[in-house]
Amino acid sequence: MATPLVASSTSTIPSSTATTGQIKVEFSGGLELLFANQRSVTLPLPLPTTTSTSTLATPPTVGDLVTYLVNTAMVDPRKELFVVDGAVRPGILVLINEADWELEGEEEYQLCDGDTVLFVSTLHGG
Amino acid sequence: MSPPTSTAAPSSAPTTPQPTSTRLCAHCKLSRPKIQRAKTRDRLCVPCFLHIFELEIHQTITSTNLFQRGDHIAIGASGGKDSTVLAAVLKTLNDRYDYGIKFTLLSIDEGIKGYRDDSLETVKRNAVQYEMPLVIVSYRELYGWTMDEVVQQIGKKGNCTVCGVFRRQALDRGAERLGVSHVVTGHNADDMAETVLMNLLRGDLPRLHRCTAILTASSSSPVRRSKPLKYAYEKEIVLYAHHRKLDYFSTECLYSPEAFRGSARALIKSLERVRPSAILDVVRSGESFVAMVPPEISGVAPSQPNTTATPVVLPPPPPPQQADDDPNAHCGGESGGEMAAFEKQLRENEEATHRETEVKLPQIRKKQKMKQTLMNCRKCGYMSSQELCKACVILEDLNKHRAKLGVQVELDEVEEEAKEGVRRKMEALELRKSVETDTGTDAKE
Ligand SMILES: [Zn+2]
Ligand SMILES: [Zn+2]
Repeated sequence: MATPLVASSTSTIPSSTATTGQIKVEFSGGLELLFANQRSVTLPLPLPTTTSTSTLATPPTVGDLVTYLVNTAMVDPRKELFVVDGAVRPGILVLINEADWELEGEEEYQLCDGDTVLFVSTLHGG
Repeated sequence: MSPPTSTAAPSSAPTTPQPTSTRLCAHCKLSRPKIQRAKTRDRLCVPCFLHIFELEIHQTITSTNLFQRGDHIAIGASGGKDSTVLAAVLKTLNDRYDYGIKFTLLSIDEGIKGYRDDSLETVKRNAVQYEMPLVIVSYRELYGWTMDEVVQQIGKKGNCTVCGVFRRQALDRGAERLGVSHVVTGHNADDMAETVLMNLLRGDLPRLHRCTAILTASSSSPVRRSKPLKYAYEKEIVLYAHHRKLDYFSTECLYSPEAFRGSARALIKSLERVRPSAILDVVRSGESFVAMVPPEISGVAPSQPNTTATPVVLPPPPPPQQADDDPNAHCGGESGGEMAAFEKQLRENEEATHRETEVKLPQIRKKQKMKQTLMNCRKCGYMSSQELCKACVILEDLNKHRAKLGVQVELDEVEEEAKEGVRRKMEALELRKSVETDTGTDAKE
């Protein structure tokens, strides 16, 4: 995992309420195959994104996390198996701290220190 | 009147959104919800979700009289999420409601390295976890071929057809070995919806008409098949497995997938995202076809009542007038214009099916098919509508060219011809709407 390149600038933003800390990201149901067979990775907050378009004043969302994962963390070139039309591929469930992300605001959910985000595919094998 | 699951949710969700602070499980009203149900959008805590998921399957089983006390039933077990959840739920229900059923896990070893050998390890653990005996039948012992060898010979194209034909017979033979006459499989609502769509898109009304039946019995097979999870959403199956921490295997078959099924699957999942009820709606539409398809049309397929795959237990289709009352029958209130369009579609499909019969299957005349009698395959003795069963037709071609395996350096012309031969035979088999029922969902048993 890359070190948080933008972390140093965090302190320069005056109104920084950005959460710092770390989150756990898990993959299962076959998705781990798209992420170098890792079932679990720990990421720092703010996310180690090199092309920071999101303002640091607001905590990164699950949407930002998905963008980060597909652009940076995903080694498999078949991006369409994880993201379709900019959104998590239909058939992949997202659980935020064990709860359906539908209950947590989906992409809008703001990540906090200690959160666990699980991506689980329903699309593999019966 | 409504199919089992529509009545299954013990409490109907409050439709007005509650303030976040007071949002609690729709069922127990005590705990924080963790699951949003696909069918109802009910928000449930984990224990309530697990319980209601099980209860709905229990209701599906009891309302269709699927099991009888004292039955010995085989669970088609692949180690994947669906059959693992099926085994776990059946174990739970058998204990909780004292069904008095003996369950045995029945697994097929297709002989696919790095796929089936791993998933069989999962099944072996499941057998211990659920205290069920396990029987494994392999393609190698039954047919003398592993799927790896088949693919080596004929390539990846069409191998799903071979595998499907082999699997169907293998399950029957495994059941025979166990002395059971009923195999349950893990087909879920998403699979059902996928199959309904595929049959609809192919204009295959006869198959459409029987693919949603919960229990199918066919005179071409001594074994009944049923699908206790047919109303269970794949999403909820995965969540059930997750929250119960079930041990399942989740790698795609190395040789899949059938492109058409993949597209149907993607379409279903996209529909679900916009309208979660869509999956169950498609399944219910499929069920309604059973009532709507006139016998002349379903008769295009082999349709002698005694020789056809007959849905033995069907949820009674709701009469059209009552459809509006069923909150789950979203298509019930459609206008007459859509109905007319649908009927037109039916007629076109009928024509298409006739054309297909005449153009593509000249060797099987309708008259013959209507009078089809079952015999035993002259080679292996398996029930068949033809002199040779499908598996033996495939095997004959495979074996003809087996000698070349392993010594070939490159594909010569003869080899290419052999491949083509097998492929053509398989295509013919796919088209042959024989009495050997094939619901089109076998690909993932
Ligand atoms: Zn509850
Ligand atoms: Zn045979």
